[in-house]
Amino acid sequence: MATATTTDAQKTFDRSKIPTLGPPSKVSLPPIVTRQLSNGLKLMIVEQHEIPVADFILVVGGGGTMDPSSKGGLANLTATMLTEGTTSRTSLQIADQIAYLGVSLAAGSSWDASTLSLHAPTAQLDSALALFAEVALKPAFPQEEFERIRKNRLTDLIQLKDRPTAIASQAYASILYGSEHPYGHSLIGNEGSVNAISVADLKAYYRSNFLPNNATLIIVGDVKPAQIERKINAIFGSWQRGSVTPFTFGAAPKAEATTVYLIDKPGAAQSSFRIGSIGVPRSTKDYFALNVLNTILGGSFTSRLNQNLRETRGYTYGARSAFDMRRSAGPFTASAEIVTAKTDSGLIEFFKELNAIRDTVPAVELNKAKRYLQLGLPGEFETSQQIASQLVPVALYGLPLDYYNNYVQRIDAIGQADVQRVARQYIDPKSLAIVIVGDRKSIEAGLRAVNAGPLSIRDFTGRPISQ
Amino acid sequence: MRIPIEKFRLDNGLLVTLSEDRTAPIVAVNLWYHVGSANEKPGRTGFAHLFEHMLFQGSENVGANEHFELIQRAGGTLNGSTWLERTNYFETVPSNQLALALWLEADRMGALLPAMTQKKLDTQRDVVMNERRWSVDNQPYGTWWEKLPTLAFPESHPFHHSLIGSMEDLSEASLTDIEQFFATYYTPDNAVLSIAGDFEPVDARELVIRYFGSIPRGKGKPALPPMDLPPTFGNSPRLVVEDDVSLPRMYLAFRSAAFGSDEYYAASVCGAVLGMRRGSRLYRSLVRERQVAADVSAFTFDLSKGSDLLIVDVTARPETTPDQLEAEVGREIDALFSDGVTSREIQRAIALIQTDMITAMQSASERADRLSMFATYFEQPELVNEQAAKYGSVTVDRVNEFIRSRLGRENRAVLLYIPKANADADAGTNGNLIGAAAP
Repeated sequence: MATATTTDAQKTFDRSKIPTLGPPSKVSLPPIVTRQLSNGLKLMIVEQHEIPVADFILVVGGGGTMDPSSKGGLANLTATMLTEGTTSRTSLQIADQIAYLGVSLAAGSSWDASTLSLHAPTAQLDSALALFAEVALKPAFPQEEFERIRKNRLTDLIQLKDRPTAIASQAYASILYGSEHPYGHSLIGNEGSVNAISVADLKAYYRSNFLPNNATLIIVGDVKPAQIERKINAIFGSWQRGSVTPFTFGAAPKAEATTVYLIDKPGAAQSSFRIGSIGVPRSTKDYFALNVLNTILGGSFTSRLNQNLRETRGYTYGARSAFDMRRSAGPFTASAEIVTAKTDSGLIEFFKELNAIRDTVPAVELNKAKRYLQLGLPGEFETSQQIASQLVPVALYGLPLDYYNNYVQRIDAIGQADVQRVARQYIDPKSLAIVIVGDRKSIEAGLRAVNAGPLSIRDFTGRPISQ
Repeated sequence: MRIPIEKFRLDNGLLVTLSEDRTAPIVAVNLWYHVGSANEKPGRTGFAHLFEHMLFQGSENVGANEHFELIQRAGGTLNGSTWLERTNYFETVPSNQLALALWLEADRMGALLPAMTQKKLDTQRDVVMNERRWSVDNQPYGTWWEKLPTLAFPESHPFHHSLIGSMEDLSEASLTDIEQFFATYYTPDNAVLSIAGDFEPVDARELVIRYFGSIPRGKGKPALPPMDLPPTFGNSPRLVVEDDVSLPRMYLAFRSAAFGSDEYYAASVCGAVLGMRRGSRLYRSLVRERQVAADVSAFTFDLSKGSDLLIVDVTARPETTPDQLEAEVGREIDALFSDGVTSREIQRAIALIQTDMITAMQSASERADRLSMFATYFEQPELVNEQAAKYGSVTVDRVNEFIRSRLGRENRAVLLYIPKANADADAGTNGNLIGAAAP
């Protein structure tokens, strides 16, 4: 091994000086090639030849928002069942084929879409794509496999009750949106809704949403656009178009005055906080201002919430905030797991920060947040999997193809006045839902003393119970 | 695929590895210190991890929390982690910020102590206690990762005690402990620095020499107690724990060969045969066919000294009792022990492992971490490029040999979680460590 010896360079430098930095590297995100098959299926292709793998994500509009209120979890179960049997392969044969090819093939769903993702070495590309297309286009929804998957889901629902964090998140959604609105439900449904779903429901969901004119196939990796388009056309070209059901949303309930909702979890070592209100849809014109705002408030390690609650006071392992943006307005949520003995003090600090962000954002802090967002962008485009998942919102929300190339400029344009305006518009301390899951006998008196708002005792699902 | 690797050592003992790759305009810096919870003194469990937090609290030329501030302002990401045998710190930054990341790492390696205060220690102790509440106490089955090592390693063994530590020991940690720990372990001759991604190797080498070259070498560290153990437990240690959970869960641990040995690769493939994803043997039989389990996984702890563990983790279905769960898993392991694996199972496992490995190497951060790992444990970062071949050469015979020598009944530690409501039925065994062979 070579040994490097001490040089003059190290003797003459001043360690107390932060290194002078070169100019920022130019952000050049890979070009996206788009195509459309004659049946309406859109393709977005990005070449990346670093290593011989390719990633595919089929994004199909729909998702949990389309679940009928008595059948919450339908979109999720439909996606899960895609890999549980096709017209020519059983569930086990699919699992075998995935394994022997050494590929990943996974189906999932969000509020706004179902996704089917494939990650494959290019050496196995043809066989992997054949399996991918078969699962996407020819699912059989076998009854026996469905009963097994239903049992899995019911078991998952039982296990959620063991986790205070999961209880808090679910109760928060149902308190914020109510049971009439789709966002008030869980994406995986509840015991009643999962039991109410039949194979006929899955097939109906599949038929009305899995249409080429309601889908985009994202392709990233060691492929050539012309060649891959031919392959895709050969296997997805016969997919029949149909009429797409428009999204419908229940009306979001009117905001209420700030209320503390307390859910008892006897013996919990920490109190799970979820604080916030209904936020904004992904289409909001304030997207960039809100991104900057949230970065300052609770969107990074050095944000105000984490700095205060963790680094200054030591109440928590981490505090954060987020605007969950969907096709319709998703929740704004500030959250943390706070040590039981500091539950009341933690609530006071949350309020301090939620008030302070409306007052002032110094230029230094604003610029730090902007640089964090701008300079961090290239790091989100390193692997083919990352690039493919960054393109999902572009496909789903109709963002321009040069969206990421203009991202830095759009963030640049955000000033102090913009941040202050959106803070005042979207964070109203007089109208917050405060959900706290914790050891009631230890924390109730303290919470009442803070007097952030009336206190309402709720059960695990967020429903009122007698106090 | 092979990645380019350069390595060199500074006069002060710091081992440096470089791997250039210009795909994305980012660079990963990764520093491994060869110290973990195994190096802790009695009565100071959790100290290595608490110390990891202290390394983010500033140094001579870096203010409290400024490390995070500067890296995030530069658009970078960063963190640290502690394991039984090592502690690592890592940043991924835009290419032009390499000097910043190196300067920050060098300042804390060279001059941490001038910035230490009692107040910082007190706050981070609170943070770590909250981390423990979050990851262990308030988490269903969260105590498994401190209870299983107590079952699998003898009391005097460095791997026996809790990594995150007990609340009592954390309360006792003092500034003097910080100073001693830093002077003993956070020295260039006990560290590996790796840089991977978009950089010019000549420039990087110059920067490393400038920032790290003048940091003095350490005075050596105390030897660990003997780590070697017999190949098997010699019995079936067993612990039943009642927890605030809805479903029983069982952890089964086998003493196994240390990370990096030929037998380790056979063990790792065996783990993938048993519990890697949905095509694995235990998933197929327990989750899919018999439907007695809700989920299953199997993995190794990747310990490089003494003895590793192969761990199987199975959660019961609501209608499965703890006894049934234990019996069903036992039956599967017995069948594997008597019949061995098939070549198709091996082929599947190796394909999945190799794809995961190639995929991980797309990330500069992962690449730097693996370079540091092989350099720290074996002084050979080049081993990164030999992993795929090592897995590829694992045969049915070698896996069966591993199974015959390690998966017998004299080498199964059982940690069984049962819901509190069920606790009465098993009252006789709750919390008791039973060393007798399983029936």
